[in-house]
Amino acid sequence: MPRISIEDLKRIKEEQTGKMVLRGGQFRAKVTVHMGTCGIAAGAREVMNVFRETIAEKEIQDVILTNSGCAGLCAKEPMITVEVINSAPVKYILVDKEKARKIFEEHVLGGKVVEDYALAIGSETMAV
Amino acid sequence: MEDLSLHILDVAENGISAGASLIKVIVEENLETDLLKIVIEDNGKGMSSEFLEKVLDPFVTTRTTRRVGLGLSLFQQSAEEAEGCLSVESSLGTGTRVTVTMRHSHIDRKPMGDMASTILTLVEGNPQVDFVYHHRKDSREYLLDTREIRVELGEIPLNNPQVVSVIRDNVAEGLRELN
Repeated sequence: MPRISIEDLKRIKEEQTGKMVLRGGQFRAKVTVHMGTCGIAAGAREVMNVFRETIAEKEIQDVILTNSGCAGLCAKEPMITVEVINSAPVKYILVDKEKARKIFEEHVLGGKVVEDYALAIGSETMAV
Repeated sequence: MEDLSLHILDVAENGISAGASLIKVIVEENLETDLLKIVIEDNGKGMSSEFLEKVLDPFVTTRTTRRVGLGLSLFQQSAEEAEGCLSVESSLGTGTRVTVTMRHSHIDRKPMGDMASTILTLVEGNPQVDFVYHHRKDSREYLLDTREIRVELGEIPLNNPQVVSVIRDNVAEGLRELN
C-alpha cells in the first residue's frame, strides 16, 4: 500500500506557507461545481476534473474550487458558478469538458464572461 | 448513474450537506464469496426515524430547490439489479450509514468506475471535511485518511493544488496496486 510521504507534505507546507502570506490568504476567484444527484449524473465530476487538472498544470494559486448541492435547475446540469473578486457571480449551464476549459481560460483567468454559456448573472441566494 | 463511484460521490455529498466533518467510504471486494460491499458513513446531523422510514421514496428529499430526491433510490435500484440491497441506518445527532451489497460477478453489476476522481472531487470541493477511504480487494488494501495529512499540513488547506496532486498520485498508485 503506497503511503503519502511526510517529507513531501512538510516540503509543501514550507513552500505554500510563504505563498499564502503573499496573497494574504485571499482568493481571486472561486469556481463552484454543483454536485447534486442531477449534476453528478450529468457529468459534473468530469467538469471538476478539468478544473483540477488546469489548476495543477498552470500552477494557479489564487483560484479556489468547491462543490455545492443541486441549484434547482436539474435539466440544465452540469452547472457551475464562477465568482471573480469584485464582480457578480455568473452561473453557467450544460457545461461539458470543452466549455469548462473555455470558461476557465476566458472568465476565471481572463475576467471576461463567456456569455454564450451563461444562464444569468447573480446568485439564487443573493438579491441582484 | 453510469458506475458505482458516481453513486458513492452522490451519497457522500449528502453527508456533507448534513454537516458531517468526517465521511468514511469503505469498499470491500471479496472475490471468494463473490460479494461487493460498499459502506458510506458520515457523522452529520442524521435523520429522525420518521424520515428514515421514507428515505428511499424518490418523492422524499431534504432539498428545498426541488421536491424529488433520487440519489438513494437510484443506488438501491443499481444494487437490486445485481442481486444486492441497500440499507440506511441513521439517528439524529449521530450520523448516517448507507450499506450496499451486490453480487460481485453479476452481469448487471455496475463497474466501480473512477474512484480516484470521486475521492479527489470530495477532498478538493470540501476541504473542511475529513475523508477516510478504505478499499479492500481480497487480501490487498488501500487506505487514505485525510486526518493524517491535515496534521502534517498545519494551516495549509487540503485543497491546495500541491496537496491535491500528492493525494491524486497516492490514490492512483494505491488503486493500481489493488487491480
